[in-house]
Amino acid sequence: MRVLVVAEHDTRVLKSSTLNTIAAAQKISTNIDVLVAGSKIDSIVKEVASLESVGSVLSADHATLGQNLAEPLAELIAALGKNYTHILAPASAFGKNCLPRAAALLDVAQLSDIVAIESADTFIRPIYAGNALATVKSKDPIKVITVRTTAFSPVSKGANSAKIENLTTSFTTTDLSYFVERLEVPSERPELTSARVVVSGGRALGSKENFALVEQLADKLNAAIGASRAAVDAGFAPNDYQVGQTGKIVAPDLYIALGISGAIQHLAGMKDSKVIVAINKDEEAPIFQVADYGLVGDIFELIPQLITHLESQKSS
Amino acid sequence: MKILVAVKRVVDYNVKVRVKSDQTDVELANVKMSINPFDEIAVEEGVRLREAGIASELIAVSIGSSVCQEVLRSAMALGADRGILVETEQPLEPLAVAKIIKIISEREKPDLVILGKQAIDDDCNQTGQMLAALLGWSQGTFISELKLENNHAFVMREVDGGLEKLKLKLPAVITTDLRLNTPRYPKLPNIMKAKQKPLDILKANDLGIDVTPRHQMLKVTEPSKRKAGIKVKDVQDLVERLIKEAKVI
Repeated sequence: MRVLVVAEHDTRVLKSSTLNTIAAAQKISTNIDVLVAGSKIDSIVKEVASLESVGSVLSADHATLGQNLAEPLAELIAALGKNYTHILAPASAFGKNCLPRAAALLDVAQLSDIVAIESADTFIRPIYAGNALATVKSKDPIKVITVRTTAFSPVSKGANSAKIENLTTSFTTTDLSYFVERLEVPSERPELTSARVVVSGGRALGSKENFALVEQLADKLNAAIGASRAAVDAGFAPNDYQVGQTGKIVAPDLYIALGISGAIQHLAGMKDSKVIVAINKDEEAPIFQVADYGLVGDIFELIPQLITHLESQKSS
Repeated sequence: MKILVAVKRVVDYNVKVRVKSDQTDVELANVKMSINPFDEIAVEEGVRLREAGIASELIAVSIGSSVCQEVLRSAMALGADRGILVETEQPLEPLAVAKIIKIISEREKPDLVILGKQAIDDDCNQTGQMLAALLGWSQGTFISELKLENNHAFVMREVDGGLEKLKLKLPAVITTDLRLNTPRYPKLPNIMKAKQKPLDILKANDLGIDVTPRHQMLKVTEPSKRKAGIKVKDVQDLVERLIKEAKVI
């Protein structure tokens, strides 16, 4: 068995999702190659070569691969993938975009967002917004899989010096799509999907200005910020803060839900958190059914109190 | 230009599904079914392009048992010109669905195919990408903005960390994010009119493609339940418990 892992990076940094995906690959085979595709990727290739369990790094350095466009990337993955029994990528926007395309080119099905590996051909994945778990056996010769990163602990860095193989590639799909621009939300905070603590705000915050309360609390806890769909739709927070079935899936040590009712779709994105705290004025809100610690009351009184308490804890 | 939208009939998003006691599937008998929310957004986007005069025809396609006619009628009530049902009793995987829509696309020759980014039942997020691959077309996934200009589609994609704008050569496949638009409610006269609109029914078996499942569902289980928590009395109590009991701060 040979596993190919597709590394996720943005040329400047290797995404931590790659480390979790290699960890999942370890449960299938010890024969793991990692594909780094992009343009000007020397430092990423070196970093990947240092990761635990990597057999060899396949470096595809080509201008066409510079912006992670799905068309050339999938073409490359499919061409390489013929030599592997498993192809894995993180179930991030990156992996979800390119991997199904590669699977179709190989004429095999895909398993999305797996959370556990039973054997080399049997996997567990959530369905219906995480309200059921499906155990699925694949009959395809090549298993194409995206991995829920929060379900696998990352491999360690710097423990390896894998060999590097430079690929020479050409593409037939280069004129299909063009990158125009990227609009990023700059943030000093930890990345949402890998943060140890996440503080999330919902509709009850009432406005973008009030959402600053969530940020202040997050600052005190060195936490990432999340939001419910309601808060994002109302414009209180940017879209990529959304936690849930259709947003990000998080599983931090501590998840604090502020003014979030706890709809099925939101719970799908956070109910595997180790400790859940809910603050909500509605005693009947479904969020209290999954919260380890619930506090009923007005968030506008309680969040500032919480901030003050955390400050005094720190100083004492 | 011609636009094709794909719609799936799924368990209504408000229903909390239950796993069957024999662990073969979730309980779908007597459960409210609706059009997949992302597909409703796909239809709405098609209707807007139709109303703006950019699209000349909007075709809705669905694949499944005969009850899927319901979702096609809903799509037509929202403004689709006609519907195509590819009938099959067998549950299909995204790859098989993509192969069927590919055949429909080759017959209808749309300039744009719009799908939802994922179905809320299988949560796969695959069909649009697979369809684009099979057709050899460009793809724009998780789209929150769409503009058509000079034989190209300009799309804004929702990606981790922000947004990304791409220019796609037409014909293209795009998949919708929740942010793309707010679907309208069908008006009663439009629901009545939709009943008169043409609806073609094809049999999946007649299309000459192999849709045998590649996956075998061994079992469906309930996720482990969280232990019931407690209500704390005030902020001080909460902070103390987080430090001493849960040890998370």
